[in-house]
Amino acid sequence: MNIILNGETRKVAENCTVQKLLADMDIVGQRLAVEVNEEIVPKSRHDSFVFTEGDKVEIVHAIGGG
Amino acid sequence: MQDDTLIIAGKEYSSRLLVGTGKYRDMEETREAIETSGAEIVTVAIRRTNIGQNPDEPNLLDVISPDKYTILPNTAGCYTAKDAVRTCQLARELLDGHDLVKLEVLGDQKTLYPNMVDTIEAAELLIKDGFKVMVYTSDDPIIAKRLEEMGCVAVMPLAGLIGSGLGICNPHNIRLIIENAEVPILVDAGVGTASDAAIAMELGCDAVLMNTAIAGAKNPVLMASAMKKAIEAGREAFLAGRMPKKAYASASSPIDGTFF
Repeated sequence: MNIILNGETRKVAENCTVQKLLADMDIVGQRLAVEVNEEIVPKSRHDSFVFTEGDKVEIVHAIGGG
Repeated sequence: MQDDTLIIAGKEYSSRLLVGTGKYRDMEETREAIETSGAEIVTVAIRRTNIGQNPDEPNLLDVISPDKYTILPNTAGCYTAKDAVRTCQLARELLDGHDLVKLEVLGDQKTLYPNMVDTIEAAELLIKDGFKVMVYTSDDPIIAKRLEEMGCVAVMPLAGLIGSGLGICNPHNIRLIIENAEVPILVDAGVGTASDAAIAMELGCDAVLMNTAIAGAKNPVLMASAMKKAIEAGREAFLAGRMPKKAYASASSPIDGTFF
């Protein structure tokens, strides 16, 4: 199944959770925030939130800015 | 000067210099400049995680730790109230519920001038959602007062365009905003060099927020040191109360006792 991750199509397994995606991306434990279809998915739900085909996923972090 | 503290949203700070983390050469320069500035509140931007980036690359928040600094996420790059609110919500999630934000909604790419209609709309939504909003605004005293009345915890008029280094372009408006205010007023944007920061503080600003003036200097770490001193000097001069300006000279040495 495909999701749109940070603007790009990405293939993920059926029943893929946010936690699984972060693990695949090797960014578990980093300071980041996840949004699916413009709704925040809090850290407490990373394990239980399962993606659906076509979900628009944004993963953001803090960078230098003024 | 020990007890001259800045209070924002109920929290005390001893430094009146707030700094951004953009435009530095690398993380090490960022860390050194920010440490030298003495700033306690540090702004960051919220952006997409680069997919496939080197996982060993240091994360900004590992260098500028939320344990040490008050992190102030900004909404830079947002041109609508909706995008600004969304950015703040992501920032709050990212920072484990930390709800102090710098709201800026821009109006145009050439000037990065704030869009005050959308800024007010976003401020309303954010305050309702429990955020403590430090708001970037035009230097209009009526708008500034309105933002304060809405519940913004600090009002931050531009002194010049973002990243322009043009200095305090309209000190009269900044003064009008300060005179009417009951929340901290910070000059945000426009400062180019140390004297600009001192002027802002002498006008009675509670603090100054800057990024490019430090990061864009030839030697950012040295400029961070200069800014720290300028902010302190300007604050002390404001508290001391400057002498009145006079049109003619007034001798400093007594006339009595001259022998010539």
